[in-house]
Amino acid sequence: MSDPATLKHSPLEAAHVSCGARMVEFGGWYMPVQYSGIIDEHKAVRSASGMFDISHMGEVTVSGPGALAWLETLLTNRVGKLALARGQYSLMLDERGGVIDDLILYRSGEREYFLVINAACRDLDLEWMRSRLPADGSVVLKDLGDNYAAIALQGPDSERILRALAPGCEVPKRNGISPLPGFEGAVPSLLARTGYTGEDGFELFVPVAKGEALWSALLAAGVKPCGLGCRDTLRLEMGYPLNGSDLSRDRTPLEAGLGKFVSLDDPEKPDFSGRATLESQRRGGLPSTLVPFKLSVQGPPLRAHYPVLSEGKVVGETSSGALSPTLGEGIAMAYLPVALSVPATSLEIEVRGRRYPAIVTTLPFYKKPAA
Amino acid sequence: MNVPADLRYATTHEWIRIEGDTITVGITDHAQSELTDIVYAEPPKVGAEVKSGQTAAVVESVKAASDIYAPVSGTVTEVNAELSSNPALLNTDPFGQGWIWKMKPSVSGESEALLSPEAYAAQIS
Repeated sequence: MSDPATLKHSPLEAAHVSCGARMVEFGGWYMPVQYSGIIDEHKAVRSASGMFDISHMGEVTVSGPGALAWLETLLTNRVGKLALARGQYSLMLDERGGVIDDLILYRSGEREYFLVINAACRDLDLEWMRSRLPADGSVVLKDLGDNYAAIALQGPDSERILRALAPGCEVPKRNGISPLPGFEGAVPSLLARTGYTGEDGFELFVPVAKGEALWSALLAAGVKPCGLGCRDTLRLEMGYPLNGSDLSRDRTPLEAGLGKFVSLDDPEKPDFSGRATLESQRRGGLPSTLVPFKLSVQGPPLRAHYPVLSEGKVVGETSSGALSPTLGEGIAMAYLPVALSVPATSLEIEVRGRRYPAIVTTLPFYKKPAA
Repeated sequence: MNVPADLRYATTHEWIRIEGDTITVGITDHAQSELTDIVYAEPPKVGAEVKSGQTAAVVESVKAASDIYAPVSGTVTEVNAELSSNPALLNTDPFGQGWIWKMKPSVSGESEALLSPEAYAAQIS
């Protein structure tokens, strides 16, 4: 591992250490990968509740009279359809349609937006955004990444726990936001009903000085501390892409299967970075598509960068993979020729020189049983 | 960490138990604790020739795959079939039911050259 001294540190690091965290490098940050164990934490989130330190993610506000028009040119989803206090998933593309980052954008005010960006590309994202700001000062961009501590509370018990933690809090519906009373400070607290696990839950953004108090309160409420290890298995069971693994500058959101977050057919969506490439892909066909598949046999855990074969020929490599803790099956995704994306198509995965049969499936890998 | 007194140890965190001309190989309590939840084990094949210091098996946690090195050279005579259905034995009983393979050594003196329990305990302390 990189020397922790060269890494960025979460305001919650002391809390992690006292919870028995095993710390690792992730995206330039020194973060917990697990506490009690990845499988135990994964199951807690699926069945009860867990919390993740997401302070490494970046928070950016965009405001001013030109904010909406500018964001439309920067992002794939139509920002103008966002009602006040609502959020949407969106992508920021380069001129060639490659993914710089995937992010969530909340409309936090009439003319103010709150963006949550990925840890590993915070600096790059900000550089990209700043270089495109209009010269007339009509858009104000603020990097608040170091001002916020952030915790994701996830799992079916999340709402009950949140209501007990912040009585009188207005609990938003899915993808909505509201203030989080009791955790105010140098920056406004924000409660968003979003997450990266497929469970109900909230992402809580509070001033850095309130981070430890929030963590402790959740811990006292019985919420299990969860690390990046199960964050990855939970998101992969849902088929949520991870930037840097499933998303990159070499692939477009259409190839990644994220077309519904790209407003190409919306007459009110203006030109945006990468649009021309997406339109030409739609006309001419996709060079590849992100295909989900499962091992058909018991086998080793799947991981990124394993060769994927069709009829004996290597056709791609896995971008993400895991032994699904909930399903007990090997699951993975890979960019493959479109013809191989049809469910039930037979593939093979090579692990340490041995080939294992696999079958194309549909997302999500894990479908929550009806309550 | 548990370091049984009747075993010898490789610096790479495998243990051996010598019974007559058979050597049993596994990973230490320290190793399983570092690896965390083990979800898959790939022992060598019966009849395989393994060489000391070279990869003979692989165990995988949720997060990573780790090579297990042969502490001594020789021929694999038996593998622990239980591990395919219950790899967690490597976590719960690393010196007992979590053994990985048995072998006949082919090079004399290799076992004696491994670490004593005291020396291994010092290495991981």
